[in-house]
Amino acid sequence: MEYIVIIIAAVFVNNIVLAQFLGVCPFLGVSGKVSTSVGMSGAVMFVLTIATMVTWLIQHYILNVFDLQFLQTITFILVIASLVQMVEIILKKVSPAMYQALGIFLPLITTNCAVLGVAILTVQKDYSLIEGVIFAVGNSIGFGLAMILFSGLREHLDLMEVPAGMRGVPAALIVGGILALAFMGFTGLA
Amino acid sequence: MSSQMQNFTKGFIKENPVFVLLLGLCPTLGVTTSALNGFGMGLATMFVLVMSNIVVSLVKNFIPDKVRIPAFIVIIASFVTIVELLMQGYMQALYESLGLFIPLIVVNCLVLGRAEAFASKNKLWPSIVDGMGMGLGFTFALTILGGIREILGSDSIFDTLLHIFPVDKDGNPITMIAFVLAPGAFIVLAYLIALTRKLNK
Repeated sequence: MEYIVIIIAAVFVNNIVLAQFLGVCPFLGVSGKVSTSVGMSGAVMFVLTIATMVTWLIQHYILNVFDLQFLQTITFILVIASLVQMVEIILKKVSPAMYQALGIFLPLITTNCAVLGVAILTVQKDYSLIEGVIFAVGNSIGFGLAMILFSGLREHLDLMEVPAGMRGVPAALIVGGILALAFMGFTGLA
Repeated sequence: MSSQMQNFTKGFIKENPVFVLLLGLCPTLGVTTSALNGFGMGLATMFVLVMSNIVVSLVKNFIPDKVRIPAFIVIIASFVTIVELLMQGYMQALYESLGLFIPLIVVNCLVLGRAEAFASKNKLWPSIVDGMGMGLGFTFALTILGGIREILGSDSIFDTLLHIFPVDKDGNPITMIAFVLAPGAFIVLAYLIALTRKLNK
């Protein structure tokens, strides 16, 4: 039961993009088409879940044991950066089809603050390993949901007549604001 | 010297990192619930930006080209840790309200972007000027955004009450609360970007 609460809270109530503002760069950057945002969401889900698992293990079996918590930021970002590289190399060998689909998005993920943010939040919230993984999966579903909704809206927005100064990013941001307003309706659900 | 001056002032309107280059949007939207938070975040980022620009421009000739990005990330992460520990020690209140976004300065594309695009190709002095200019532009943008949201959403600026909005029977101002919540961040930023475009024309 508590696992379901974690998932619902992560997907709807505290949506990672629309309520916590993590991962806004890809949210605005690669959301022009629905197909690319599906690819990006898939890549984020993959890396975010593995990264949360690995950083949890490092935090609990290395940093906490040797009293090195102040090195958290620097260790986590290095682990995530090398993990992304590794995932890229493995995918290329094991599943060329998946690499074709996700490949171009992988290098962008290192600087996606959603990945580092969720890894740090998992430690801050004192989750166990299983809770942490569920939290990571929930957050990546939330990221994907926001991303796909937003790109669908943006595809329609391109066909509308928008005042010259608002064309492009400002109009997209207003749509994001309305989407965030809609997600506020979930407050109190979990 | 005029090119130095241009290098310094470009960050304010013409190449403002937030309003024009659209870099570092996560902290921009996340922490600007008040002018003070925006200002604090801007200064913290500026410190990291200037220090990492200095170190990157000094060591650029010793770093092999292939590993330069990881090396830059380590340099940036070290300064972020310094800022994090200093704020925790001396500015407890600000540390708590900025929260998660302090360690996330590491993945702010503005910092890595300037290290890669400017400091790794230029000498020490121009890199410092570039870091200061971009940092001030970022601080300026965050303070403006935070200020507008604070006025509309909390009826105050830098924590001082303004008494613009009517009050209810308990004396609390009736404000547009959505502006300090998530949707306000997107909408205010949208209008500020449109305004900057108009000014740059």
